[in-house]
Amino acid sequence: MKANTVLDLTKLPAHGLGTVSPSWWGTLAFMLIEGTGFALTIVIYLYLMSLAPRWPLGTTPPDLLAGTTLTVLLLASLVPNILVGRWARGQDLRKVRLGLIVMAALGIAPLILRAFEFPAMHIKWDQNAYGSIVWFMLGLHTTHILTDVIETLVLTCLMFSRHGDTPRRFGDVTDNAMYWNFVVATWLPMYACLYWIPRL
Amino acid sequence: MKAARVVALGLGAIACGCSGNQSALHPYGAPAIHVEHLIVGIVALCTVVWVLVMATLGAALWRRRQKKVETEISQQWLTMTVTAALALTVILIAGMTIASFYTTRAIGLPAKAALTITLKAQQWWWQVTYAGSAAMPGFQTANEIHIPVGQDVQILLESADVIHSFWVPSLAGKQDLVPGRSNSLLLRAEKPGVYRGQCAEFCGLQHSHMAVLVIAEAPADYTRWAVSQSADAIMPAGPDAAAGRTAFLAKPCAACHTVRGTAATGTSGPDLTHVGSRQTIAAGLVETTRGSLAAWIADPQTLKPGNNMPMVPLTSFELQDISAYMESLK
Amino acid sequence: MTRSKDGELRDTALSDRELKRALAVTWSAPPGLWGALSTVDHKVIGRRYVATAFVFLALGGVLSMLMRLQLAQPEARFIGPDRYNQIFTMHGSNMMFLFAVPVMQAMAIYFVPLMVGTRNIAFPRLNAFSYWIYLAGGLLLWIAFVVDTGPDVGWFAYVPLSGPQYGAGKRADVWAQMITFTEVSALAIAVEIVVTVFKQRAPGMSLDRLPLFVWSMVVTSFLVIMAMPAIMIASTSLILDRLVGTHFFNPAEGGDALLWQHLFWFFGHPEVYIIFLPAVGMVSTIVATFTGRPVFGYLATVMALIATGILAFGLWVHHMFVAGLPRLGESFFTASSMAIAVPAGLQIFCWLATIWAGRPVFKTPFLFVIGFMVIFVIGGLTGVMVASVPFDTQVHDTYFVVAHFHYVLVGGAVFPLLGAIYYWFPKLTGRTMSEPFGRWVFGLIFVGFNLTFFPMHILGLQGMPRRIYTYQPEMPWSGLNMFISLSAIILAAGFLLFFIDAIRSARSGAVATANPWGASTLEWATASPPPPYNFARLPVVDSREPLWTEPAELRVAAGLGVDRRELLITSVAEAVPEARESSVGNSIWPLLAALATTVALVWSIFSPWAVVWGSIPVAVSLIGWFWPKGVPEDES
Ligand code: HEA
Ligand code: HEA
Ligand code: HEC
Ligand code: CUA
Ligand SMILES: [Cu+2]
Repeated sequence: MKANTVLDLTKLPAHGLGTVSPSWWGTLAFMLIEGTGFALTIVIYLYLMSLAPRWPLGTTPPDLLAGTTLTVLLLASLVPNILVGRWARGQDLRKVRLGLIVMAALGIAPLILRAFEFPAMHIKWDQNAYGSIVWFMLGLHTTHILTDVIETLVLTCLMFSRHGDTPRRFGDVTDNAMYWNFVVATWLPMYACLYWIPRL
Repeated sequence: MKAARVVALGLGAIACGCSGNQSALHPYGAPAIHVEHLIVGIVALCTVVWVLVMATLGAALWRRRQKKVETEISQQWLTMTVTAALALTVILIAGMTIASFYTTRAIGLPAKAALTITLKAQQWWWQVTYAGSAAMPGFQTANEIHIPVGQDVQILLESADVIHSFWVPSLAGKQDLVPGRSNSLLLRAEKPGVYRGQCAEFCGLQHSHMAVLVIAEAPADYTRWAVSQSADAIMPAGPDAAAGRTAFLAKPCAACHTVRGTAATGTSGPDLTHVGSRQTIAAGLVETTRGSLAAWIADPQTLKPGNNMPMVPLTSFELQDISAYMESLK
Repeated sequence: MTRSKDGELRDTALSDRELKRALAVTWSAPPGLWGALSTVDHKVIGRRYVATAFVFLALGGVLSMLMRLQLAQPEARFIGPDRYNQIFTMHGSNMMFLFAVPVMQAMAIYFVPLMVGTRNIAFPRLNAFSYWIYLAGGLLLWIAFVVDTGPDVGWFAYVPLSGPQYGAGKRADVWAQMITFTEVSALAIAVEIVVTVFKQRAPGMSLDRLPLFVWSMVVTSFLVIMAMPAIMIASTSLILDRLVGTHFFNPAEGGDALLWQHLFWFFGHPEVYIIFLPAVGMVSTIVATFTGRPVFGYLATVMALIATGILAFGLWVHHMFVAGLPRLGESFFTASSMAIAVPAGLQIFCWLATIWAGRPVFKTPFLFVIGFMVIFVIGGLTGVMVASVPFDTQVHDTYFVVAHFHYVLVGGAVFPLLGAIYYWFPKLTGRTMSEPFGRWVFGLIFVGFNLTFFPMHILGLQGMPRRIYTYQPEMPWSGLNMFISLSAIILAAGFLLFFIDAIRSARSGAVATANPWGASTLEWATASPPPPYNFARLPVVDSREPLWTEPAELRVAAGLGVDRRELLITSVAEAVPEARESSVGNSIWPLLAALATTVALVWSIFSPWAVVWGSIPVAVSLIGWFWPKGVPEDES
């Protein structure tokens, strides 16, 4: 077959950002997978609730303090997070470095608060199905915070290394910021479910 | 409808030719009869659909073709045909959905059943409990359900361990027995007879040997049976059976089995008060004879590997006596 | 050879010969074992995946022959209940999780990038990782089976039988963890396929020019993405119940046995379309090529795919019709299940119209498509039968259902797959499979299949439940069972012949040209097998059948760099070029990450602490994977 050149690609940029980059779409797809997972845990929670004679089963509703503080903290972290994303799109290395450090700290803080959330449920995972599902939901969300924190830490190191100052790294930072938004967003329905549904 | 029946029954009879007592195609109970009508109808309809599709496929493959390429007309004609076929599909599935819906209603439980029996499945046998009444105390039996012919009988389905499924195809479709839940099913035999059923949900090692018999008899016969079952076990008459009774009570048997009227009150195995009157033992495994009882008691693990009755060491005399005792428990 | 101002070497500066040489240098994997372990070429990985999946098919087939041996006679004693239960569970799990789903995705790994005209799949390292994880899951299952720890609770592992109380030992854990392995790999591939199709299509390949096989894989991938989390959560909670004493499925403590069934089938039903839809895409491809015309009703076919995908999530309860749910709710699921006959029928009608209007050429791939039509329509119609609640109360968990799902799985998926292997073999290996052999393979499998599985319908209606290791002589089933077992030998002979033909042809078949069937899609626009970079110059597309509109010439784009692995990013809907993008180079880290993950997952069958300690090496390997190595692909 003869090749007949009909299109010139020489002018195209060597790398795409945002919706042009495959990793953005990949992140989105993984968010879809995990979002489905979160949604299912909520469905399981409601399903078990619908079967139980009373809810929460065998205990009192969870204490609000730790969970609510964490929620507020997560919501507050959105501000620097969105800024980091913006700086990364502007390829401002200094600000991105700073923002990442802040975000790493804002990722670790909820992990500490989470340690107080488990006891606030007043039940262990192996006491009954209510205990199982709340620990499962908290655990699942914790792993998400944890993985994002690790990713943020690695990215922070990267941005301080000689590999930092390239559009590709900035793209990684925006994707990471997008993922953190997701981690926060998924928490809100879980928070409502874990803390407020038992109070209804 | 008659032609349809021939198609489906023809299929069923190809290699059978038997009058099975465990077959959806030989229904003797009202629910099963309703479902059989539905099966025959749907199978016939689908057969027609398949034949039509195959005829079209054959024609499309081997039709004579002209040299010239297709024209606009033929495109339009194809579109119309595909649309028509699609419309027909919608109509047919709507029809089948409605037919199913009405059949579902027909086989549902009536507001009030003449008799309610509790069936509790366990690995791998069926515990059957008849509630008492003013005239007669309640009683338990195993692996054999007696019902009066021509009456609505509600079976309450429960499970002691894993999920099982109660299925006596000649009388009704199946229904699962789920731990932690209670289901129920309508049985109504139109003809006296012995109908075999089998656990249909995989439940572990001996899922294959978890049969159940439903014996439908005239109401008078049924009542006679129920009264005799509600009585305590008889005292054995013969000397070996009497010795068997003693041995039975001395051995671990009594820890698992109940023989009403004796000190044996175990509940992890079937109630043996009238075991000699049942047609089979060990959930349809073998016919009840003195020989089969002896074989079972001597070595249950070879006959039904993995079942929950252990081999109890017995001398050959003890074994003989116990088997005689078991057989005498009519 | 001149470099552009920015020092990059572009293909515009090279002659065809030079370009191919330069691209080969950039895109090849190192030779030898290291190259084999570190390659990220979608073709190498895809081929490996397909071959592995077929090995699992053969193994699963051998298991089925063992079952047929045991079932040929009443009260046979070849295989005891304990082993039999492991065998049918292995057969089902192996066929579904290690053969059918992976093989379809594997075909996509190989062909989707070629069909959309790009140089590698999106996220090639993830792709490599997914293969290793899949292999590890398969090995876990089979090694466990060999050492008598194979799962024995059925392929849907109903609780409480699989729970802590009744599923003693590690058997059920092996099953649950095998699920984790295969689902991780399946999810990874789904993401790769979606992104490849959305962002890496050849310029001009707007969504309405996407080949039907690619469409089917897009829909399938979305099904994977939406359905597999359910089984991941289910199997994880099962392991938690078994290992750390949670009570998700324990009715005594507020859990529920049916929760498992809901979760399993919310995945399990879409699962069967995850297997079936790619096969549909294969059928469309083969029908078009062997009738010499585009599939009639492109839009209708795509709509049917999407409709099936959406409806697939509204049917799961039809597997639970006798579990004791409210009857009214069940009737809804009867209606939705039957409704799926509409898109299925639409596709059948479109293919029939295509054949009618076209000129069929009776080559082996097309024979398999004909076989597919005959068998799948039966299977689909029996599906409609079991979708009726009252009908199902009689045939659920009997051999009637066994017949239904083999008709749809083997007829609806394996037949198109075998056709696709015959069809694409030249592209996979550069050689052609034997046509006379192919006819024999088809004949034996077609006849053997129907003789084996048709009688199972009758057995089911005659009251034979499934999953029984034996039955009593007084049951009227022995004649048919013997007949089935004997027929299965014909079926097995057909498969054996297929394997022989494939192995023989791969070594010494006739050498294939670039486009031996005169097909229309882009994978045929490059050599058989394609070079590591797939296309020396990326094709430009302006119709649905790029190779038919202008058979003599290929319209291409120029201007990509050759110093780094470079491919083209285009817009989602219209495939307008947006950017050049690098595609990562070879790496051993995916293998290391897979090893670390395997250790963590297998260990976690035994101790919950494995999750904590095992995640450290996983994290290390992931950092190694993503840390830039200073190669051109990492920078931009
Ligand atoms: C490739 C896999 C595949 C496919 C495509 C299907 C397709 C269908 N399946 Fe099947 N199914 C399985 C794999 C598959 N199934 C498996 C593995 C199981 C068992 C799991 C287990 O228990 O182990 C199962 C079990 C199963 C059940 C549960 C049975 C039971 O356990 O009791 C049901 C019930 O509704 C069902 C229904 C259907 C329906 C309605 C379709 C429809 O999609 C079929 C649609 C197609 C057609 C109808 C034919 C073409 C249409 C026409 C020619 C138009 C004209 C048609 C009409 C007028 C009706 N299937
Ligand atoms: C895609 C999926 C798939 C495929 C292809 C098959 C293929 C076959 N299946 Fe299977 N089957 C299932 C999926 C599948 N099955 C599932 C999901 C179940 C339910 C399990 C459960 O209940 O949990 C099941 C259950 C099942 C049962 C019911 C078991 C029971 O309930 O007790 C039976 C019984 O006959 C059976 C038979 C067969 C046979 C004879 C084949 C034949 O088609 C196989 C033919 C193939 C071969 C015989 C291989 C030939 C190869 C060689 C001879 C080796 C050569 C090798 C080299 C040269 C490398 N299957
Ligand atoms: C550990 C408990 C246990 C002990 C001890 C035990 N059995 Fe059993 N037995 C069972 C169970 C469980 C079954 C049901 C087995 C099955 O069908 O799967 C059974 C079944 C039977 C049956 C068949 C009942 C029927 O209706 O099908 C007989 C008869 C019987 N046992 C007699 C005995 C005798 C006699 C002994 C003592 C020598 C004995 N059993 C000791 C548990 C026990
Ligand atoms: Cu009880 Cu199967
Ligand atoms: Cu289904």
